[in-house]
Amino acid sequence: MQTGPEPMQHERSAPPTPYVSVSAVSKSYDSGKNAALVLDDITLDIAPGEFVAIVGPSGCGKSTLLKCIAGLQPVSAGRIMVKDELVLAPPDNMAIVFQRDVLLDWRTVLDNVLLMVEFRGLKRKDFVARAIQLLTTYGLGDYVNRYPWELSGGMRQRAAICRALIVDPELLLMDEPFGALDAMTRDDLNVELERLWFATRKTLLFITHGIDEAVYLADRVVVMARNPGRIAEIIDIDIPRPRSLSVRQTPEFGEYTTEIRRLFASLGVVKAE
Amino acid sequence: MAWWRRSEYARTVVFVLLLTVGAWELAVRMFGIRTFLLPPPSLVAMEILNNPGFYAFQSLYTIYITAIGFALAVIFGIGLAIAIVSSKFLDRTLYTLLIASNSVPKVALAPIFVIWLGTGGEPKVAIAALIAVFPIVINTTLGMRAVDPDMIDLARSARAPNHDVMLKIRLPNALPSIFAGAKVGISFALIGAIVGEFVAGERGLGYVILTSQATFNSPRAFAAIVLLSVIGTIMFFAVELCERWFLPWHVSQRNARAAL
Ligand SMILES: Nc1ncnc2c1ncn2[C@@H]1O[C@H](COP(=O)(O)OP(=O)(O)OP(=O)(O)O)[C@@H](O)[C@H]1O
Ligand SMILES: [Mg+2]
Repeated sequence: MQTGPEPMQHERSAPPTPYVSVSAVSKSYDSGKNAALVLDDITLDIAPGEFVAIVGPSGCGKSTLLKCIAGLQPVSAGRIMVKDELVLAPPDNMAIVFQRDVLLDWRTVLDNVLLMVEFRGLKRKDFVARAIQLLTTYGLGDYVNRYPWELSGGMRQRAAICRALIVDPELLLMDEPFGALDAMTRDDLNVELERLWFATRKTLLFITHGIDEAVYLADRVVVMARNPGRIAEIIDIDIPRPRSLSVRQTPEFGEYTTEIRRLFASLGVVKAE
Repeated sequence: MAWWRRSEYARTVVFVLLLTVGAWELAVRMFGIRTFLLPPPSLVAMEILNNPGFYAFQSLYTIYITAIGFALAVIFGIGLAIAIVSSKFLDRTLYTLLIASNSVPKVALAPIFVIWLGTGGEPKVAIAALIAVFPIVINTTLGMRAVDPDMIDLARSARAPNHDVMLKIRLPNALPSIFAGAKVGISFALIGAIVGEFVAGERGLGYVILTSQATFNSPRAFAAIVLLSVIGTIMFFAVELCERWFLPWHVSQRNARAAL
């Protein structure tokens, strides 16, 4: 099983071999000579069990980077390794939560979760109990046999998270999973996600527009700039875990968010306060 | 609630039909239109009621031809669409050919089918299937293509095999389009069956219309036409009923389900 919840190491003197290693990756969608560069020279390592958040303005290539890491899009230059293997196709042991929940309308919530099991060629019946248990943990116990359109937005996103967790992936990629939700539901799901990560120590890459969300959740926040999409800064977040929502009122939390906002202001992304 | 609404709908339909029939009867009587030009509905009804066995037999034959033609169209239509979506080569060749030949008036081929397949049921089934298959292939192909790219990424991220993507994502995603195509297809199949009966044969409502025209037996021709419209309507609603069973999840069906 995974290591238990130990106190966080604040010094990163000897980082373990990275779980995800992105080195000098560039990406443009068209292959023409003057094709617009979407990602420019991205280098980023993610340690096993690390929680990394990416924040950046719309169109800076966050989703593109996630798709490259997931093996869904080829890179134009550089290379990406997951678990010391070059990513040419989606790696095993990985799951994605998309910005929109992408639930299949014609399947019940339970069948949507089990879809990932079917896709991987595993036996459905070995996972039914686990799926129901997961859904119950996420407050969907009464909805296992309902259709996605009978659920609220927050419930749908929870179902999508259960779908990603059903095969217990080592690497979890989340692309603005809570972007479409109201603030309260978002807070709820943030707390749940922090708890989940703390208990399972999955390697987690989380993309968001929300600076507060990124600082609250992550060990490290990657700040991206656009035109072309590049990493402007990587900020370590040394806030002890487990975190409760009240850390958002602490001065150190404010310092991190102010720092990131200032960074965006200096990049010309947002107007200075 | 649903029951009340449905009966309200049924009442409207019955009312409109009765009104039309009434107007027809009245017009024929008032203007003294001669029977061989336009027989009154009462005469058409009498014609059917006096020969129930005859009309039942001819109707069943036409239904039989239409149903087999339509079933073949659905099977081949979906099969072809799967092949087209799976293969770039078939997409460029077969699909292009299908789109191009869609504008050919396919009923014009009916006499050729008689040459190829004789004067039995086969050429009629063939022509019914041929016209019905087009809307089904085209709609199914479009429906299987119009998949949210994130859904495909979701499947790929789980390393789903191609046949899973086809059967668990593309095909169910296409079901609403398949039914849209099938609703057009069922009407086309009936047209195909009648044209087939016009061209050659000694059975079916199309044949009845053709022979009564030769003898100026208009009540008989109109009886066949009335029966054909009833058959066409029932078949259309049968497809719609299937749609309701198959697609309880689709937006167009949700209210119906919620109200039950
Ligand atoms: N499939 C594609 N084909 C061509 N260009 C694309 C494609 N996907 C994204 N792009 C372009 O790449 C750039 C980055 O897009 P991307 O979706 O990665 O941005 P993002 O940072 O995720 O934005 P957002 O926060 O709005 O989701 C955009 O300019 C977009 O137009
Ligand atoms: Mg995005």
